[in-house]
Amino acid sequence: MKDLLLQKLRAQFPAAVELDSEFRGELTIVIRKADILPVCRFLQSDPDLAFDSVRDICGADYQRSDDRFEVIYNIYSLKNNFRLRLKVRVGENDLHVSSVSGVWKGADWLERETYDMYGILFDDHPDLRRIYLPEEFEYYPLRKDFPLMGIPGSLPLPRK
Amino acid sequence: MELERTNDSFLTTRVDQIIGWARKNSLWPMPMGISCCAIEMMAFAGPRFDVARFGSEAFRFSPRQSDLMIVAGTVTYKMSHVVRKIYDQMPDPKWVIAMGACTSSGGMYRSYSVVQGIDLFLPVDVYVSGCPPRPDNLLKALMEVQKKIARGEKPGQSDKVFIGETAEHA
Repeated sequence: MKDLLLQKLRAQFPAAVELDSEFRGELTIVIRKADILPVCRFLQSDPDLAFDSVRDICGADYQRSDDRFEVIYNIYSLKNNFRLRLKVRVGENDLHVSSVSGVWKGADWLERETYDMYGILFDDHPDLRRIYLPEEFEYYPLRKDFPLMGIPGSLPLPRK
Repeated sequence: MELERTNDSFLTTRVDQIIGWARKNSLWPMPMGISCCAIEMMAFAGPRFDVARFGSEAFRFSPRQSDLMIVAGTVTYKMSHVVRKIYDQMPDPKWVIAMGACTSSGGMYRSYSVVQGIDLFLPVDVYVSGCPPRPDNLLKALMEVQKKIARGEKPGQSDKVFIGETAEHA
């Protein structure tokens, strides 16, 4: 399955695969940011691969000078009982990533969560609003430069 | 309650006191069960611990019919506005029990999103320690509220009561 997947992916998108690695039987592929939407659409629609379910989308802040953030997609093929992890590196200066909510409907809220926590902007998302924090909150709390106890006064309390 | 016994078939008391006596034995809780403490709050209402012995078995899911709010769970900043609104909808006199570590102090959630104690936005009468507290401790808290009412104290103004280990550190 792994070989078939990589072979198909490389044939279809010769430049999209930046890196692939395997750890404890789990395959991770780093995809070029511009290619994430066509790659996801291909993985979902290809009859042999059939990645029909998105299990999680999240972000990570690595505090690197280039490509500070990563967006991580955990997808699953029921037909092959196979899990795949895709990663996209996102720089601080360009936080735009194509939304995959058109491919998997379940990606909608997962991308909203990633936006809420890291401020990554998903282009063509149907409803990119904060999902956990109040609408008027100005910060992205899972970024490494956000203090643990928050910024005093940024979240209002009711009057006593 | 001060009662004056006479040899006739009646007794005398003060209106405040007889009303207070009625109130304290019929506190209707507003179960503000936000997280896991609510499970212990249910046990407190259930047959084993049986809060009906203290007249508080009528849990009301409308704040307009309750006079004791049991805040049982982690209160986030986002939730705090809801808790306060429900408290504001309760008729006076109203009492508040802060049940458990999260509610009393933020507990293990030392985080930007969790209010570090509901007394930052609500007047609390009794705090209960524990994570979660045992139902017996919540019964003790209820009894403390009853004592406050029996003494004729005003909600939110009398001395705070701490149930459990917190008492030694308070």
